Amino acid sequence: MPFTVPAELEAEIDERITHYPVSKRSAVLPVLHHLQHHFGYIGEEAVEWTAAKLGLEPIKVLEVVTFYPGFRQEAPGKYHIRVCRTLSCAMAGSYELMESICEKTGIDRSGVNHHHPIAVSLDGKYSIEFAECLASCGFGPVCMVNDDFHESVADADALLKQYP
Amino acid sequence: MSGITYQRGREPHPKEHRVVFRNVDRVGWDTGIDTFLKEGGYEQLKKALGMERSAIIDEVKKAGLRGRGGAGFPCGVKWTFIPPGNTKPVYLICNADESEPGTFKDRYILHQDPHQLLEGMIIACFAVGAKLAYIYIREEFPEAAQIVEKAIAEAHAKGFLGKDILGSGFDLEIYVHRGAGAYICGEETGLIESLEGKRPYPRIKPPYFPAAMGLYLCPTIVNNVETLCHVKHILEMGGEAWAQTGTKNNTGTRILCVSGDVKKPGYFEVEVGKVTMGEVINDMCGGLKDGRKLKAVIPGGSSAKVLRADETFTVGRGDDARQLTIRDIPMDFDTMAACGSMAGSGGVIVIDDSRSISWVLNNLNNFYAHESCGQCTPCREGSLWMKKITDRVVAGKASPADIDTLYGVAKNIDGRTICAFGEACSWPTESFVEKFRDELVADTKPELEGALVSAEPLTAAAGLR
Ligand SMILES: Cc1cc2nc3c(=O)[nH]c(=O)nc-3n(C[C@H](O)[C@H](O)[C@H](O)COP(=O)(O)O)c2cc1C
Ligand code: SF4
Ligand code: FES
Repeated sequence: MPFTVPAELEAEIDERITHYPVSKRSAVLPVLHHLQHHFGYIGEEAVEWTAAKLGLEPIKVLEVVTFYPGFRQEAPGKYHIRVCRTLSCAMAGSYELMESICEKTGIDRSGVNHHHPIAVSLDGKYSIEFAECLASCGFGPVCMVNDDFHESVADADALLKQYP
Repeated sequence: MSGITYQRGREPHPKEHRVVFRNVDRVGWDTGIDTFLKEGGYEQLKKALGMERSAIIDEVKKAGLRGRGGAGFPCGVKWTFIPPGNTKPVYLICNADESEPGTFKDRYILHQDPHQLLEGMIIACFAVGAKLAYIYIREEFPEAAQIVEKAIAEAHAKGFLGKDILGSGFDLEIYVHRGAGAYICGEETGLIESLEGKRPYPRIKPPYFPAAMGLYLCPTIVNNVETLCHVKHILEMGGEAWAQTGTKNNTGTRILCVSGDVKKPGYFEVEVGKVTMGEVINDMCGGLKDGRKLKAVIPGGSSAKVLRADETFTVGRGDDARQLTIRDIPMDFDTMAACGSMAGSGGVIVIDDSRSISWVLNNLNNFYAHESCGQCTPCREGSLWMKKITDRVVAGKASPADIDTLYGVAKNIDGRTICAFGEACSWPTESFVEKFRDELVADTKPELEGALVSAEPLTAAAGLR
């Protein structure tokens, strides 16, 4: 997809920036959230666009993108799945859930590492990564699919069926 | 609405005492402002706007409200740390990052009772003189961010926010700021850096105590969601009456979040110190799973030191000294500290005898290795080494001497770092080794003494990344 920020999105972003009357730089995270929501990830052009918008050096934006696990530099699948791997969920079976989702979607996680935490299925439909505690520890295993939250996920099939 | 736990109609457990969670899961309750106003919503704000600012702070002090975010610091005292004679703008930030493993309470307030939080926040802003405030919500609560923003718009429309609130001459704007998946943004100075649009590297204290030098280097009050909600109830009841709930120096109610090996995990608002660990596990959570025995409890979020099920704890001094079993421990700040751990964020993780201690500790070490911000060498390197060593233990590739190394690494982190993450990441390892050394050593192999083992492929093999 070529990098063009639609006028509506830019208007939304401009409105967001007004929430930070003291320092425009404070709007780095919200601007990136808007761009990632629209484009699926933060590419080089998004970094430069954000920097220009906020009057910053691009490195000031890139250092934010590379620090926060919530920002992706590569395109995810149509449905991006985050499985909580922290203690309470692991006790409830989140590692098994991860395995089962990967098996059913044909995702291969063998190339995953700290710098590339996301694995994508061959057809590009699903992508997956482990997340740390999603703050619903009593109802594990917990996962998110895009912005949807799922608790006590025992059955990968039933989960995936909702995301055809 | 997608996927939020609504246990609509769940009756609170008889041992609960609901104040902040009064409307959570309530049938007929919704997040709209009309519902809130029908039950006396924003009446405390009206009252507050007619009070002296110092009188509000006095009520909060009289109540003895201790912060519910983790450290248990007295809220009213924190508010008075704004330097006298300050001429800079003052900011207030609500910490809704809720990221300490085992903690899941703020999410229900954000999703189900946003106006309660806003009312508490507006009163707090008025008391400390803040005209601009932010609610820092973790990125993984996208729906909460929408719900809270809608509530802010409604409050604006009714004149509870904006210019000249209810004709009092007080102006205030509150905005939602969303995080991006980093645990360290819950640490208040890391949070402030994040809100300034930077990497969330915590600041060194002194001099960067937020109340003196916080957001944009101006005085800033950071409080947890639950703490700010209580402010409204303190005004409603009066500080002294509020302090009648709970116990001495551990006043009020707080929300406990129980997860792990119990039959019915969940969230429970109780009077601080009025229920014991045994009541929480056996009565409120339906006990352990059938045929299982209690092995350990992490009582206050994953950073809290672990308690062993068969320990006895001596609390109090002199004539007041008493011996407690784990089941007798009252759930309050001071006793939990006297037992060598902390009440922390209220997240109770229960571990039964089916669990491998090495596996549990390794899971936590993975968390801390992933979440260290990397500024301080002891924390960055130490958290990674603790993970690598426990990776080895779990994979059966460690020697008994590794357990000593593990302990040594942990001991060399805490007290040597910029922020309290240093303690947070070393306490699990320190306490697990101190209390479960035999079990950890049993998972090692003496014949591997001195062997060179790379941890990297082990991590992959164990699926632990
Ligand atoms: C590593 C670390 C993580 C923290 N995470 C949170 C958090 O997720 N939520 C929170 O309210 N406080 C968190 N805190 C505590 C905050 O720094 C701060 O003390 C708290 O928000 C103050 O609010 P209170 O006084 O109302 O408790 C964390 C502290 C540390 C050291
Ligand atoms: S203690 Fe750890 S998390 Fe805190 S500032 Fe140092 S490196 Fe960062
Ligand atoms: S451990 Fe998974 S939500 Fe907390």
